[in-house]
Amino acid sequence: MTEKQPVETRRGDAGVAPASLSRTDLGAAIIRKRSRPGEWLAERGIFAVSLSSIVMIFLIFAFVGREALPVILGQTSNARTQKPLTPDEATKLPADKLAKYIGVSVSELKGYDAETLKTLVELKAEELAQVSNTDSRINTTSWQKMFQPHRWLGYDKPEYIWQPTSEIPKYNCIPLFIGSLKATLVALLFSVPLGVAAAIYVSQLASPKVREIVKPTIELLSGIPSVVLGFFALIVLATILQTIFHYSSRLNALVGGIALGLAVIPVIFTIAEDALTSVPKSYSQAALALGAAPWQVAWQVVLPAALPGVFAACILGFGRAMGETMIVLMASGNASIVSASILDSCRTITATIAAELAEVVFGGAHYRILFLLGTLLFAVTFVTNLVGEMIVHRLKARLEGA
Amino acid sequence: MDNPVFHIEKLNFWYGAKQALFDVDVTIRPNQSTAFIGPSGCGKTTLLRCLNRMNDLIERTRVEGKIALHGQGLYAPEVDVIELRKRVGMVFQKSNPFPKSIFDNIAYGLRIQGVNSKNDLADRIEASLRKAALWDEVKDRLNDSAMALSGGQQQRLCIARAIAVEPEVLLMDEPCSALDPVATAKIEELIQDLKKEFTIVIVTHNMQQAARVSDHTAFFYLGKLVEFDVTTKIFTNPANKQTEDYVTGRFG
Amino acid sequence: MKIRDWRSVAFTGATGLATFCIVAMVVVILGNIVWDGAAQMSLRFIFGGTSEGMFDAQKAGVFPMIFGTVALVVLMTIGVVPVGVITAVYLTEYARHESLITRVIRGAINNLAGVPSIVFGLFGLGFFVQFVGGGIDKVFFGGQLHYAKPALIWAAATMAVLTLPVVIVATEEALRAVPHGFREGSLALGATKLETIWKVVLPQALPGILTGAILAVGRGAGEVAPIMFTGAAYYLAHLPKGPTDQFMHLGYHVFVLSTQSPDIERTKPILYGTVLVLLLLTFLLNLTAVLVRAGIRAKLRAANG
Repeated sequence: MTEKQPVETRRGDAGVAPASLSRTDLGAAIIRKRSRPGEWLAERGIFAVSLSSIVMIFLIFAFVGREALPVILGQTSNARTQKPLTPDEATKLPADKLAKYIGVSVSELKGYDAETLKTLVELKAEELAQVSNTDSRINTTSWQKMFQPHRWLGYDKPEYIWQPTSEIPKYNCIPLFIGSLKATLVALLFSVPLGVAAAIYVSQLASPKVREIVKPTIELLSGIPSVVLGFFALIVLATILQTIFHYSSRLNALVGGIALGLAVIPVIFTIAEDALTSVPKSYSQAALALGAAPWQVAWQVVLPAALPGVFAACILGFGRAMGETMIVLMASGNASIVSASILDSCRTITATIAAELAEVVFGGAHYRILFLLGTLLFAVTFVTNLVGEMIVHRLKARLEGA
Repeated sequence: MDNPVFHIEKLNFWYGAKQALFDVDVTIRPNQSTAFIGPSGCGKTTLLRCLNRMNDLIERTRVEGKIALHGQGLYAPEVDVIELRKRVGMVFQKSNPFPKSIFDNIAYGLRIQGVNSKNDLADRIEASLRKAALWDEVKDRLNDSAMALSGGQQQRLCIARAIAVEPEVLLMDEPCSALDPVATAKIEELIQDLKKEFTIVIVTHNMQQAARVSDHTAFFYLGKLVEFDVTTKIFTNPANKQTEDYVTGRFG
Repeated sequence: MKIRDWRSVAFTGATGLATFCIVAMVVVILGNIVWDGAAQMSLRFIFGGTSEGMFDAQKAGVFPMIFGTVALVVLMTIGVVPVGVITAVYLTEYARHESLITRVIRGAINNLAGVPSIVFGLFGLGFFVQFVGGGIDKVFFGGQLHYAKPALIWAAATMAVLTLPVVIVATEEALRAVPHGFREGSLALGATKLETIWKVVLPQALPGILTGAILAVGRGAGEVAPIMFTGAAYYLAHLPKGPTDQFMHLGYHVFVLSTQSPDIERTKPILYGTVLVLLLLTFLLNLTAVLVRAGIRAKLRAANG
């Protein structure tokens, strides 16, 4: 309150003191810097809080990446590599290690006589000799086994296999990549033509009345939770499509992809429509003045000018489709097979994480590989978003500058 | 008249790379009204907004030269712009009452200055509304929304709001440009009264208005001060040909 | 002229058809859900629990899921709104438009909006449950398990991060809709920037800020992937008693019912009912937000002349 005083008394002072002197002095004094610690603190606080988005992006990367780090660095190994021991070597081992080697408890070990022990050691060596040429000696969590095909026992050629819960867990990620790409491809084939065409129609040709109906409808579509779209695909869409196309596996990349497309349409429509409407009116008016029909203006003038935006819409749609979880988890069948057919069921990266994370051992190899998948997914969507946003930004700058 | 309120010397001002004011020299004297006139884009509003540093709100602006309030340079590092604005009030081109009641609009500035007691507030609000010649029209509906007032009343409310905090100077940026002739006449009359208590600087498009309300007039053209003199001289016997052409309506 | 005519018809027809297809699909999906879901609606269904048979259409209710969903979004809102609003205030009122830090913040917000929801789930598990929860247990409970497990509060925290961009973008729009004249009027009276924001700008922007909160709630109520590992439970006999309990959730329940049911045909009515409740919840929220936002946009247009 004290700092308010001068303001209220100023007039009185000016009246009493000789005008020339007081006014000059006050001029300098009254507008001098005040310290406002509250204001200063609040401003710093606001700035600090506004950094939270950056912090969150960083934390997401750090904490998802952290769990995956041992796999990335190749520090994990699930290979069973015990060297077979001769009976002589075995007797020199301390009791607890020997017990562990044979696979019995220490108390049991103490009950054995020397002869039994020798037999057990020989049996173990025999067993290990057999194991040594099987898959169990392979570290299936190495980069090579996660991304390159391997000829497992019983297979006649190298294959990509994701079988994290089999006796020898196989973590090859390629089937999941194929699954994600397949579902995404179907989704884009479905949603890009529809979304872009609708964006052209709504922004260039439709009457305001149609626009008033379509735009809220698409907002409505984007507001439908993905679990609901997944449910619809699973219960209704799958049956319809199977009746039409007569394929064998009811849930497959086609069903999952189309449902995924429903989730992607609002993304593509919104961004494409935004790009198309940001083309300056002067472009289209010039063309209309030359006698071009509205559809020609839309096709030959507006669409080319907004093409980068439409492209960005597709990129962002791709990112959205790759990252969507519930729809593909419910509607794509989840079989991790390597197949080019969209009528086979597929298992995406996201669905794999969602389905398996609840059942893994915390900190185990499987757990870490799921986090690795998450990290890869994050990196992919990060890049697609960055590229998409950059294209949109540049386009807008160019159109606004023109 | 020898102790000017504002002393402006060789003032240059830039918006980004575009220079808006060139070597402007103006002196504003106490308890007088000074008018800035000139065609659109001549820099008169820019200069006005330098006087309470409202231009600080615009990014990438730059100021050079001297501009002093009672000898204190306004752009000096030790100046507190908040305190400056408490002392140099402003009324804008488009009336901008807050979407609150009439009472709260005027109380806003007072509360910020630490006036909180109900009686003090009521007294000072009445006083400023009287000075702004609005009291009789609104005294029965102080708690109504300010947005319900007419354009002219809103602008007088903004004047009342500005003078309630008892500034020394009142800057007016084309205060009548959005008003009808009757409302304009009321505000012009008001300016004549306010002059006794405040130093007034007014930017106007309307030359008759400048002739009616101001004691001194500065004519700007393309960011330069063309002529600055006693108003009667500017309008009857200008020294500069350009000024004469403008005030007689040959361009602008 | 004739040739041009059929091409015009074909082009307009094709794009119009695409638009119609989208609208038709939305109508079909919603129609299907509303039609089949309405049959299941009853007070018993909405206020009943699952204890008498989760998969039995005559006995199952969704009250625990409604309760869990609402509890989740309430906690989430408490977390996300202050952070989102303050960020938006910084971006609109303080930040220099072209400065590097502004661009980085904007980039981060855009990217946060594009992070896949399942990655938020992993993040919530790795950061909130294990790191934060584990940290609290270590420091305050000597390593006893209290916080380092999936819980309502961690699901809400994860969801708050996910909905942060929604709140920021909506609040920014609301703040920009406040006419510049109000800020100038306040500053010219000698108010500080903070006083101007607190007493003039924020009260004016309040409806828009509410819109942002509502949109975030609508989004948060429907997302399932982020809460699968951070707090949602397949089945609970009791309602959550506190923020460290697990909870049931409408969306997760839809997932559980449609993938785990022993007899999908028998479960269908419950499924449709649950989906309808979820949709009503999210749509009513979204609809409110859309209406408020339309009002703000109209005001913005008026303010800009």
